[in-house]
Amino acid sequence: MAVLNEEQTMLKDMVSQWVRDRMPVGVARGLYDHSGGGRKDATTGFDADAYAEVAAMGWSGILVPEAHGGSDFGAFSLGFVLEELARALSPLPLLSSAMVAVSALRLGGNAAQQSAWLPGLADGSIIGALAVDEGAHHLPDILALTATRAENGWRLDGIKRPVADGMGAGLFIVAARGDDGTALFLVPADAAGLTREPLDQIDARRPALLRFDGVVLGDDAMLGQGDALLSAILDRAYVGQAAELLGLATQAFETTLEYLKTRVQFGQLIGSFQALQHRASEMFGELQLTRSAVEAALVAIDADDPQLPSLASLAKAIANETAHRITCEMVQLHGGIGMTHEHDAGLYLKRSRVAEQAYGSSSFHRERWARLNGY
Amino acid sequence: MEDQQFRQEVRDWLSANFPPALTGVNGLIFQGDAHAAAANADFQVWRKAMADKGWGTPTWDKAYGGAGLSAAQAKIIAQELSAIGAFNPIRSYGTMMLGPTLLEFGTEEQRLQHLPRISTHELRWCQGFSEPGAGSDLASLQMKCVDAGDHWVVSGQKIWTSGADQADWCFALVRTDTSVKHGGISFLLIDMTSPGVEARPIVLISGSTHFCEVFFNDVKVPKGNLVGAVNQGWNIAKRLLQFERSSLSEVKTDVTPLAPIAHAMLGTDAEGRIADADARARIVHNAMRHAAYLQTVRRFNEEARNGGPGNGVSTLKNLWSNIVQRRAELLVEVLGADGLGWSGDAYPADAREATRALLHSKAFSIYGGSYEIQNNITAKRSLGLPDR
Ligand SMILES: Cc1cc2nc3c(=O)[nH]c(=O)nc-3n(C[C@H](O)[C@H](O)[C@H](O)COP(=O)(O)OP(=O)(O)OC[C@H]3O[C@@H](n4cnc5c(N)ncnc54)[C@H](O)[C@@H]3O)c2cc1C
Repeated sequence: MAVLNEEQTMLKDMVSQWVRDRMPVGVARGLYDHSGGGRKDATTGFDADAYAEVAAMGWSGILVPEAHGGSDFGAFSLGFVLEELARALSPLPLLSSAMVAVSALRLGGNAAQQSAWLPGLADGSIIGALAVDEGAHHLPDILALTATRAENGWRLDGIKRPVADGMGAGLFIVAARGDDGTALFLVPADAAGLTREPLDQIDARRPALLRFDGVVLGDDAMLGQGDALLSAILDRAYVGQAAELLGLATQAFETTLEYLKTRVQFGQLIGSFQALQHRASEMFGELQLTRSAVEAALVAIDADDPQLPSLASLAKAIANETAHRITCEMVQLHGGIGMTHEHDAGLYLKRSRVAEQAYGSSSFHRERWARLNGY
Repeated sequence: MEDQQFRQEVRDWLSANFPPALTGVNGLIFQGDAHAAAANADFQVWRKAMADKGWGTPTWDKAYGGAGLSAAQAKIIAQELSAIGAFNPIRSYGTMMLGPTLLEFGTEEQRLQHLPRISTHELRWCQGFSEPGAGSDLASLQMKCVDAGDHWVVSGQKIWTSGADQADWCFALVRTDTSVKHGGISFLLIDMTSPGVEARPIVLISGSTHFCEVFFNDVKVPKGNLVGAVNQGWNIAKRLLQFERSSLSEVKTDVTPLAPIAHAMLGTDAEGRIADADARARIVHNAMRHAAYLQTVRRFNEEARNGGPGNGVSTLKNLWSNIVQRRAELLVEVLGADGLGWSGDAYPADAREATRALLHSKAFSIYGGSYEIQNNITAKRSLGLPDR
């Protein structure tokens, strides 16, 4: 862990305390039904009451300027909040709203748009979500949803899926293909012609499928145009998702380590077997690489570092791989109990697979990094 | 502000004193080969300049040949050296391992005798730890050291002793008590010119004679050459091995990128990417891990400076050997048949060097505690895994 200042240390302690008291893994488990799928009566896929508490503590406003009701603590602080929460797989829309949507408004929004939306995002009364993906893969360069010129504005047609936290969102940041390339729009969830339905995803988080059927928007709904704006927003999403993967992987590792220290076979603790010790040591090494990559990328956001795109893809690719490996090992090293829905290993595995695909798989980010670095 | 001023001072001094002919030269060549070092006039000028300045061991006291600088200032010197493609000509086993050990465990007399000549790199040291029967299980070492009244008498054999044939001195682990294992080991400084010492070079798979077997036949060693108390050598050795590991994982943080070589050897596609998609994927994977490894070195250093955990040396060494060995393999793979030459002008000099480097890199996961031993240490110390 990088060196924290006094305010950051207090914030971090506060978050871990809150996770312990209020957000044990059991809360994420509560989203599932007994068959291991998403609960039929749950519509949003996150815990709205808990998010209100999170907002009251100011965490949803960490990236929001003080003038709009936030604390402007910076991405590094928000990063370790996301990490801590992800340790318990906390079902909260903090990444979608406080990291991605707020960043979109900060990067692209004009004064009126910022005043209209940032205070609500900061105090948690509105949840924002980015609608970019449309199919099986994260391919932000190839968008099918169209934005065509309409009288005094624009008209959107197409679908978006999966949209993380989309069932509870009040505001969508929609990436569309316009006549002049990529364009981004601010679309209220109640816009006419927009419908949404929940998807029963393996992590029970219920992302949305959005249908845009002639959604008409005024010019004031245009956030900005061009691939650069979308890339800059996505860089924040990549790093935030990587921070969550780091937290998830760290906890999966620690839970597994505990098991190695308590399970007895052949008259000895299984953690005394060298074959397992070495696997644990190597996982620990991978976690170190991941922490370094994530922290460096968070710092790059706050510093407006031109290297951010490269650092963000490095962080996401490495976090993907580490979380993937550790969640596999978590099941394997628990043996039979790790295969049961009753045990947490499966929850970590399922959430990890979703977070690995969200905002780009390992191969997407390795390719992006490779192009940025001349390979 | 003070830092900025110091940085400027370092820059000015370097531009006046670093011989331009040595730009980009790998300093390890001179560190490993006393003859190459003696024969190179530029190296001698550079060594002398740094020795006089005390900047090869910047944090050591002036009385010991250092410059009495802070860790932050030492870092500035290292950064400025690296920025102009220069190396520290004083860096050696003496500065990396024995020096810090004497600062912690040596008497004032021992420090004053040895440190000033380490900080000028006038004398070379070798590390006499491993024996034929004692490698990973170092504490099973047998080389005898007997009290003969006014001196010690040492007899036995060491092996894999890097640079022993060129070393002036050896810091060795010896057995002063045969009735207990760890508690019967002492730490002794031995003058390699003493009668009865014989070092025979051993040829490595890379063709170099980097290390030796060393025989000690009833060698007389003065009483004052024992560091710490009799039979207390194991604790000193453990500390020294930590210094060794941390210095090992920090070497050569700036490596030449593989991309241009891969472009030249494997061709490019219409988008300018490495044409061989499979090789490209593996190269990129390794390059990204290397980037994250460098971030990790920086992070660990920053945490250590702020009194952080500092128990990551074994983890760091394994990440380093794993990533760097993989890179060496990829480079030779990319070179294809050009990377398989042993000698002759038919093979480009760079390619031959890469091949030798690959062969040498296999040692990274063996010396300084093998990969498996580091994993054992991480499992016990960092992760608290049980013995039974
Ligand atoms: C290039 C080079 C330079 C060196 N320079 C020096 C030097 O200057 N001074 C010096 O004193 N020594 C030096 N060494 C020696 C080095 O420290 C030893 O080679 C090393 O400690 C391993 O010991 P060994 O060779 O006896 O192998 P062994 O200990 O016999 O190991 C053989 C294999 O068994 C594995 N193994 C051993 N024990 C365990 C265990 N408990 N659990 C799992 N696996 C295990 C090892 O990892 C290895 O793979 C050098 C070695 C090399 C290659």
